[in-house]
Amino acid sequence: MSKTHVTTKVNGDEVEFLCDPRETLLDVLRDRLHLTGAKEGCGTGDCGACSVTVDGRLVCSCLMLGVEAEGKEIGTVEGIAEGETLHPLQQKFIEYAALQCGICTPGILVATKALLEKNPDPTESEVRYWLAGNLCRCTGYDKIIRAVMDTAAEMREAS
Amino acid sequence: MKYYKPATFEEAVALVAGAEGVTRILAGGTDVLVQMRSDIITPDTLIDIKAIPGTHEITRTKDGGWRLGVAVTGAEMSEHPELGRDWPGVVEAMDLIGSTQVQGRATPVGNLCNGSPAADSVPAMIAAGAAVTVTGPEGSREIPVEQIPVGPGKTSLAKGEIITALTLPPRGAQGGDAYLRFIPRTEMDIAVVGCAVNLRLNGDVITEARMVLGAVAPTAVVVHAAADALVGRTLDEDALTALSDLAEASCNPIDDKRGTIKFRTHTAGVLARRAAKIAYSRAKGATA
Amino acid sequence: MALDSSKTTGFKYVGTRPNRPDGLDKVTGRAKFGADAYAPGMLHAAIKRSPHAHARIIKIDTSKALAMEGVKAVVTRADFATGLEGEFGDILENVMAGEKALYDGHAVAAVAATSALIARDAIKAIEVDYEILPHVTDVDAAMQAGAPVIRAGAADASVPEGLHPNVVRYYESGHGDVEAGFAEADLVVEDHFVTEATHQGYIEPHACLGTLGSDGKGELWCCTQGHWYVQKVCAACLGLETSQLRVTASEIGGGFGGKTTVFIEPVALALSRKANRPVKLVMTRSEVFRASGPTSSTSMDVKIGMKKDGTITAAQGTFRLQGGAFPGAPCEMTAMCAFAPYDLKHVHQVGYDVMSNRPKQAAYRAPGSPMAAFAVESVIDELCGQLGLDPIDTRLKNASREGTRASFGPTWPRIGLVETLEAVKAHPHYVAPLKKGQGRGISCGFWFNHGGETAVSLALSEDGSAQVAVGTPDIGGSRASMALMAAEVLGIPYEDIRVTIADTATLGYNEISHGSRVTYASGLATIKAAEDAVQKLCGRAAAKWGIPEDAVYWEDGYAKPSGPNAGDFEPLHIDEITATMGATGGPICGHFEATPEGAGVSFAAHIVDAEVDPDTGKTSVVRYTVVQDAGKAIHPTYVEGQFQGGAAQGIGWALNEEYIYGADGRLQNAGFLDYRIPVASDLPMIDTVIVEVPNPGHPFGVRGVGETSICPPLAAIANAVSNAVGVRMRQLPMRPSRVLEALESAADG
Repeated sequence: MSKTHVTTKVNGDEVEFLCDPRETLLDVLRDRLHLTGAKEGCGTGDCGACSVTVDGRLVCSCLMLGVEAEGKEIGTVEGIAEGETLHPLQQKFIEYAALQCGICTPGILVATKALLEKNPDPTESEVRYWLAGNLCRCTGYDKIIRAVMDTAAEMREAS
Repeated sequence: MKYYKPATFEEAVALVAGAEGVTRILAGGTDVLVQMRSDIITPDTLIDIKAIPGTHEITRTKDGGWRLGVAVTGAEMSEHPELGRDWPGVVEAMDLIGSTQVQGRATPVGNLCNGSPAADSVPAMIAAGAAVTVTGPEGSREIPVEQIPVGPGKTSLAKGEIITALTLPPRGAQGGDAYLRFIPRTEMDIAVVGCAVNLRLNGDVITEARMVLGAVAPTAVVVHAAADALVGRTLDEDALTALSDLAEASCNPIDDKRGTIKFRTHTAGVLARRAAKIAYSRAKGATA
Repeated sequence: MALDSSKTTGFKYVGTRPNRPDGLDKVTGRAKFGADAYAPGMLHAAIKRSPHAHARIIKIDTSKALAMEGVKAVVTRADFATGLEGEFGDILENVMAGEKALYDGHAVAAVAATSALIARDAIKAIEVDYEILPHVTDVDAAMQAGAPVIRAGAADASVPEGLHPNVVRYYESGHGDVEAGFAEADLVVEDHFVTEATHQGYIEPHACLGTLGSDGKGELWCCTQGHWYVQKVCAACLGLETSQLRVTASEIGGGFGGKTTVFIEPVALALSRKANRPVKLVMTRSEVFRASGPTSSTSMDVKIGMKKDGTITAAQGTFRLQGGAFPGAPCEMTAMCAFAPYDLKHVHQVGYDVMSNRPKQAAYRAPGSPMAAFAVESVIDELCGQLGLDPIDTRLKNASREGTRASFGPTWPRIGLVETLEAVKAHPHYVAPLKKGQGRGISCGFWFNHGGETAVSLALSEDGSAQVAVGTPDIGGSRASMALMAAEVLGIPYEDIRVTIADTATLGYNEISHGSRVTYASGLATIKAAEDAVQKLCGRAAAKWGIPEDAVYWEDGYAKPSGPNAGDFEPLHIDEITATMGATGGPICGHFEATPEGAGVSFAAHIVDAEVDPDTGKTSVVRYTVVQDAGKAIHPTYVEGQFQGGAAQGIGWALNEEYIYGADGRLQNAGFLDYRIPVASDLPMIDTVIVEVPNPGHPFGVRGVGETSICPPLAAIANAVSNAVGVRMRQLPMRPSRVLEALESAADG
């Protein structure tokens, strides 16, 4: 089967790959680029574990084809920290125990980072609805929501 | 599967017209990729229309209405500073679909072409009087949105035809629309029932009314009698009861995993009443 | 002098809330879960599954698949061991169908290919001829005369004569004379309750990477709650020597009981053996729903008698559990948990394990207990309502306590139900005013907790830091808890201890992480292993000082002479001893291997406020409080996390989650779109109260906490909804249409 050549940027780095047009961006990130931070929880856009940003827009990488990444800028969980400095969300998620098993955590971090860039002062309800597409089965969301709210408050103070 | 990314609609139409087997247009992909992953359908030809100029634009038309490119997403509609002021019901209907992530990709035209009876944006677009531009080998024509769905998963588009634009009419004075749906959770479900209401007033008196139901029949149901029930009166309790009864009477639903006939019918009446109140208050100038 | 660090107060590390050791990996995407492993030359596998609920397999033609470019191996049941019986026989039958496909989604063949896409295409090319057989998926229907027989001869000796062959196990217990007890009651309420099957709903699908050679040696990486169990099951299914298969547990993306058994690992190994290459196998979400562990659906009858003062005079329950196409539904657990919170003179409970054409049920967080609590606590709520009694005072009046004879036989040791109920009564939530349309519900819940085979090894490094190897996969932050307990004994900082989940080649057999056993049993073993190391540290100090070993004691990381008679020596810090350990006798390690029997049962009580939309029947949970006895909370934040997670899963079970089968016996909602687990916007904050009544069977008083939290929510929410709408809700889930029907019946009635 003929494959398509794609050039894209992932977390600021230019990458090239060949892929079957049926492969999703998630398949490509994991199986071709070995960036396994994005997870496949459902493959159908219902769980958000594969969340990434494409040109700054939050999407499910399972609902986008690899070939569509041509010329785009992809952001994944692997690109959230700067060197050894964690993003405030990452730090707060650890401190608040806003993760248990951690499988949903990459998607939730990518999603909440996108939220805080768009809305630095969200209400609890806004955080909950923004994250409605990121399923977590361990926490009951309580500590996640608290971590996000506190990060937002701290980032507002710092800015 | 062959993947194409045409640069013009002419090229896209030629690809569609010439393609063998199963052909799908790729805009947001939030339906077609799910169908591929679930082995429901694997297209032989997939045509990505997002590289065509203008497909991402939301523009004001000369008459004061709106023209939306076919790759405009729900998120782009919600973020637009003016579109939601004119057509809050259409924007909120689109916004109800899926997650934040899905909003980043999903398009109202895709929602329409997927042909689901439960598509949230479709009743709202029909109530608003939206139209689409259909382009085929013979040229383009403009047809009302309500003429596109013909059954679950089926549209009236002929072989070789694709939708190339979506237009919303001018809002005009003292108009308001609203869309509500019922789902078991707060988010992430498919509509069990949807209801769009679009009203125009003169003072407190309704002068134009359209109500459209979703997920209660093989396609969205335009409740034509809603105009007879509402025009010429205020939205008093009698009018709401009449509207609610009409909604229930217009249902022809199925029993399935998402809802029963009885529940869908009852809830259509509830939503008709609630959506009408919101549309009415918006027509009177409320901004929420 | 054997070292004994047992204590229930005065902790330095235990009870603090440090960051988890796996936190950084999990927030940066580095943590490696089941599907995150890759091997050179690796193939991708896919499984062909039956679309029929019940069908005889006439023929499987794999020739077209094998002929496809990139396909390297195909396996069917013929590629697995023969002659297995009992538990392993059932697991193999579930892993790969033999003569019959027993449910929609039952595996019938599998393919390994050079890409996942080719593997997916190849399974479509496998042709299977089926003879479709009559099927049954409902528990009551499966027990009726004339119901299709799932598998003849599956019943064990416990089943009384005259029952349908689908009834495969029977349990009965109790004491007293329930008829006499009911005669003493002022009010007797008897009701029928139904719950649907639910899924554990972990976000990580089952995944593994297996390598197996013709020499019978293998390596397996998988997400599991118990890799030693995976090792022995896979060895049996493939005819290997157990020790020749090394299994490594990945980070696990949720299990909740659903990853305590084996679904795909033998298939990956069989394909690998045939292709002579590593094989990765990952379930799709649809496969997870169709073919991995849902819980049982139930049909239950409960009858309770009460006096006007709230005294329960007798209780009786019959619990029928549908467990899929294999024996194993936890009918005895359901029956035993049902009345456990109460001190009853007359009690009788019966459980039935019933097979149907559904996937084999798997454990789900306190398996069997939540359903029992739903039925029993609903009836108690009804009795309290009709008699005008306070639901907490009534439960306190009848509460089990130390010395009570439990409903299923034993006498309770020190337990914490009374303290838990008193904490509920004292909580502001219990007396907060309700708004119109809202109702409040409370419920008790009970779970046994468990010990089980456990081995831990602790090694000290030259710099005085410690590494601990445990064998129980970390499903709730246990690496942090183990480090806290080791720190407490060794007297060194939490940060100086690294806890690793060892592979099967490194430790003795460790039972699965289940039964809320990890903090109890691996914790106990970690404490004992640390004590073993401390004993050796003291020995080195004694040797250096030239005094007897028992004249040295350990405090805060130092060996100290035990008194003036022992001599006047400067205390030796751990790192002073370890720095020279190579020259003073060699490496210092501590070990512990045992099957601890002192697990402490735990009780919880939940308070829920629910609001019902009277027009649509839609329920919102507006306030939620969990109160539970933890014995001792080693890491209180993670204890809270368990409480909150269990409550959230219970909310899903009560309101929206269910397996929906069509008349064709096919699962209608095999995805997160229509299997509706709670999303962030569905839930309120979940308040928690940790009660600590120490378990005498653990050095620090630990009781397991992971499971009890899912026991009360079904009943508590049902009681809240019932109180909001004024009609008793007897069936779960309380989906809007069901609540609306209840509202209509109330209006009519």
